[in-house]
Amino acid sequence: MPPRTLHPALRELALTVRILSRNPSAVMGGTIIAAMVFLALFAPLLAPYDPVRLSLPDRLLPPGGGHFFGTDELGRDIFTRVLYGARISLSIGLLVISVAGGIGALIGATSGYFGGKIDSVVMRVMDVILSFPSLVLALALAAALGPSLVNAIFATAFVMIPKFARMVRGEALAVREMPFVAASRVAGAGHGFIIRRHILPNCLNSAIVLATLTLGDAILIAASLSFIGLGAQPPTPEWGAMIASGRKFLMDQWWYATFPGLFILATVIGFNIFGDALRDVLDPRIRR
Amino acid sequence: MRILAYTFRRLLAAIPVLLGVSVLAFLISHAIPGDPARLIVGPKASKEAVEAIRKEHGLDRPLPVQYLHFLGGLLTGDLGRSIRNHRPVTEDLADYFPATLELTLASLVLCLSVGIPLGILAAVRRNRFADHAARVVSVVGVSTPVFWLGLMLLLLFYRHLSWLPGSGRLDVTSAPPAGVTGLYVVDAVLAGNWPLLREAVSHLILPAFCLSYVYLAIITRIVRSSMIAVLGQDYITTARANGLSAGRVVFKHAFKNSLIPTVTIVGLSLGELLGGAILTETIFAWPGMGKYVVDSVNALDFPAIMGFTLVASTAYVAINLGVDVLYAFLNPRIRY
Repeated sequence: MPPRTLHPALRELALTVRILSRNPSAVMGGTIIAAMVFLALFAPLLAPYDPVRLSLPDRLLPPGGGHFFGTDELGRDIFTRVLYGARISLSIGLLVISVAGGIGALIGATSGYFGGKIDSVVMRVMDVILSFPSLVLALALAAALGPSLVNAIFATAFVMIPKFARMVRGEALAVREMPFVAASRVAGAGHGFIIRRHILPNCLNSAIVLATLTLGDAILIAASLSFIGLGAQPPTPEWGAMIASGRKFLMDQWWYATFPGLFILATVIGFNIFGDALRDVLDPRIRR
Repeated sequence: MRILAYTFRRLLAAIPVLLGVSVLAFLISHAIPGDPARLIVGPKASKEAVEAIRKEHGLDRPLPVQYLHFLGGLLTGDLGRSIRNHRPVTEDLADYFPATLELTLASLVLCLSVGIPLGILAAVRRNRFADHAARVVSVVGVSTPVFWLGLMLLLLFYRHLSWLPGSGRLDVTSAPPAGVTGLYVVDAVLAGNWPLLREAVSHLILPAFCLSYVYLAIITRIVRSSMIAVLGQDYITTARANGLSAGRVVFKHAFKNSLIPTVTIVGLSLGELLGGAILTETIFAWPGMGKYVVDSVNALDFPAIMGFTLVASTAYVAINLGVDVLYAFLNPRIRY
């Protein structure tokens, strides 16, 4: 029995972790994510070489010997670059989700809380953004802003804002009818305070699930932009950009494009299955 | 009649959305850093030439006026001129459209013909081997980078096994069939040219599979979960108790009712296929709108990029509208 003195939020967290640890897909997804985070954090210690230093005598070596995943056309070790790529891709995913989630949640909470005209205008704007296939809009935006990693992150975040806004708005519509919101109003709380203290915290669970599930998508879209040439620029060891340069050598040096892709695949699988399990656990209708 | 009225109302509701789309596209094209007039005349042109182009294109007028001008162009099918080849973007896109249509249709056929049976199988044999296999297929599917999958397919089926061709819609030496629809597979059949049909199909297989895989995964998932929901209902038990064969129960009673969520997802996927086509066409050198837009990105050809964006989103809106109507048609309980 957990001690009664524990803060309710902590007790909730402990319960979530306990349920998740009994869910095989959560454990698998969590392990993959943890492994990627580990590789990303300790890349400088784990990587045998320098990710950007050229070594022309070693170019396009097949896997084996001193080079686990072989080398690229400039003699750089692909294993090293893939490890450093984990730092970039995970940071991209986190940044995109924080920006899109933060802005989207704020828009959704405000829109749902006030309702009426503001709500319908804001939601129509979100509908317009959703009327573009996501990669198409991200591509147009990234192309207009100019090819760079920061612009690709911004473009990816932009197309994801409506997902968060819609979800949080739906929750906000329900929460604002709760008695404690009315009580808070009567006690003299302002709109900003209510949105911050009551509306947003009550949307947190769903937002976390959505964030986990869309993190994989964010990594995929950003990698696609880099592959097209609109994201990370050489010599940045970004996975999508590495696949783009490896494409030229595909027929004879298979390892070049293959390994970065495997890492994208593994990372996104990790987030997707962990997100699915998290949704099952955090959904109170299924819980307990 | 009610469906017709409903369709009409949905059509009206799409107009403000499309207007919004045009505003957003206009704003994006004005977010381009640098001077669009300078972009048109090139870096070496004189100040006077830039000024003249600015006047000619109305770039010196206030933004709302420019937008109205842009909108007027859109309504008459004018998407501006490509910077690369100075042709109207509309003509360029019209040239590349059939290839994209052929690819997306083939992918859709693959998605449905594999995804639906796989989803049904997974639902009927829940928690058995087929279900686990379907789950693995769908988790991997939604997590695979399309462009990387395309490269791996090329590596395996083109480079190592030499089973299928690696790029284009036909062999380099072949002439396309007489154009009726612009879809080579259909045109080859219409012309009765069987060797050409074989060639067109063999070129289509890898890109279509590559493009369909993600959506196949999504469709499998949705069919499975909606079938499971339907199979648990009382009328299915009754049908079984009445002695109907398992096949009849599954296909006639359960599948029909699980179609509604499936149709929604298929509609959404079909629109997203346009996004996937960008990457797939680039990998397989498929001469469609997706490859066109990537080439435009590399040439900084903004009118072409925006033209594609507008066409893709209009198609997306139209598809979703079609799905809404189909939805109302499939589910007689929905009356608006």
